[in-house]
Amino acid sequence: MALYSNTVMDHFRNPRNLGVLEDANGIGEAGNPVCGDIMKIYLKIENGIIEDVSFETFGCGSAIASSSMATELIKGKPVEEALALTNKAVAEALDGLPAHKMHCSVLAEEAIKEALKDYYAKQGLPFPGEEPEGCDGCCEGCTLHQ
Amino acid sequence: MNIYADNGATTKMSQRAIDAMIPYMAEFYGNPSSLYSIGQKAKEALDDARERVAKCLNCSPQEITFTGGGSEADNQAIVSAAMAGAKKGKMHIISTAFEHHAVLHILKKLAGEGYEVTLLDPGEKGIVTAEQVRAAITPETCLVTIMFVNNEIGTIMPVAEIGAVCREKGVTFHTDAVQAVGHIPVDVKAMNIDMLSLAAHKFHGPKGCGVLYVRRGLPIYNIIEGGAQERGKRGGTENVAAIMGLAAALEESCENMEEDNKRLIPLRDRLIEGLSKIPYSILNGDAERRAPGNVNFCFEGIEGESLLLLLDDKGISASSGSACTSGSLDPSHVLLSIGRPHELAHGSLRLTIGADITEEEVDYIIKSVGEVVAYLRSISPFWHDLESGKRQHMISEHWR
Repeated sequence: MALYSNTVMDHFRNPRNLGVLEDANGIGEAGNPVCGDIMKIYLKIENGIIEDVSFETFGCGSAIASSSMATELIKGKPVEEALALTNKAVAEALDGLPAHKMHCSVLAEEAIKEALKDYYAKQGLPFPGEEPEGCDGCCEGCTLHQ
Repeated sequence: MNIYADNGATTKMSQRAIDAMIPYMAEFYGNPSSLYSIGQKAKEALDDARERVAKCLNCSPQEITFTGGGSEADNQAIVSAAMAGAKKGKMHIISTAFEHHAVLHILKKLAGEGYEVTLLDPGEKGIVTAEQVRAAITPETCLVTIMFVNNEIGTIMPVAEIGAVCREKGVTFHTDAVQAVGHIPVDVKAMNIDMLSLAAHKFHGPKGCGVLYVRRGLPIYNIIEGGAQERGKRGGTENVAAIMGLAAALEESCENMEEDNKRLIPLRDRLIEGLSKIPYSILNGDAERRAPGNVNFCFEGIEGESLLLLLDDKGISASSGSACTSGSLDPSHVLLSIGRPHELAHGSLRLTIGADITEEEVDYIIKSVGEVVAYLRSISPFWHDLESGKRQHMISEHWR
């Protein structure tokens, strides 16, 4: 079997919602350059709906594909659905990720949560979701994937 | 365009090597230990191959042991010298921080068994000096094991000088020459090499076949117990066909070396020059003392695996030292050992070109890498932070 599924390769080669969203009202980032991946998510939320979303990613093929898929999964959806997005849902939508690449889907979930947190902070509202767990892209001792 | 630029990983077999193998699979398939003619025919082939390999390395046939590859040869060489050292109460080994894992992992194991291991720092140029070796040798030193050519950054160690120091000090000197043999001149006698490892598939021979050279008089310890093959030093029926392929490939590589390198080195330098024009890129390893086909760069703000996948889409096969491609959490230990920070080591690219590459192909690689790096930077928040000054660029002028 190839390293990546066709869906992963499709999202890697043709990423959806790529770039900067100029009028974003929620921006979040997860990962760090030492570990080799950073994801940045831009959200445009209106009336409780994710009207638009985009991403920028520094990382491997599955990191780029995970960001792309995660944005697709929340685009046009109510904020509550975005808050409930799990890394597992991202990985499943990609038709699976190799075990050592699961952290890419975790990063995508984390980056979206960070962006939502930023949105609530800017609105002066308490963050209703679960706190991002602070995945920094480093896998040692990490239990987020299970 | 399809360009195989990962000859450091493995090479395409030469037709001469393939032709040399076929009779020993189809016709003379006998066991070299058997008495009847097809067995003896295989035995003759083995003797013949041993003689030809010895000639290429400038040693005697009795000093050649065929192994199942380079890693096995490295393991056997190091274990042999370590055990011989322990018998004399000498349990200190000197190596470098950027050896292949076939060396580093067995050294780690020996360190766990009470050996003291000193790993020399290759410095920013990626070259360990004979003076470093001299300074590290103690009365307890039983082995110096230093690679001939680094497998990732292609730097060439001053093996003859290191060999001279070891001979003077009476310390056994092993070199992992897997990336050197067949590509640059290797002469075990002139270079005072006591033990040497090589692998056939790095010079257009078959996989799973290597050589351990051990200078006459030095003890060899078995790591594979079995029959009396290889003078009892390596159990297991000899892979006669592969050994014939190895000998043919080695002879061919040595015959063509001078001419190949005359063509290859200027093309390598053209590739280096072209890639150097990419902003915030840096060559890894010394520009002069490097293997004829090796080019290794770091690019700021991008990650190596995505670079490889997009180059593959353009028909270019290459490798990287990023964590994602190494299958571990850390990027290449080689790049870290020459002082590249993690952030930069993740964005590395190794191109190991072969003698058959054309100028047109080199230019295509330069153009393609430029395009892919520019694209990946355009989508990289890390790169944007570097450009906006939110994070500091890592490649400073003094590195250039």
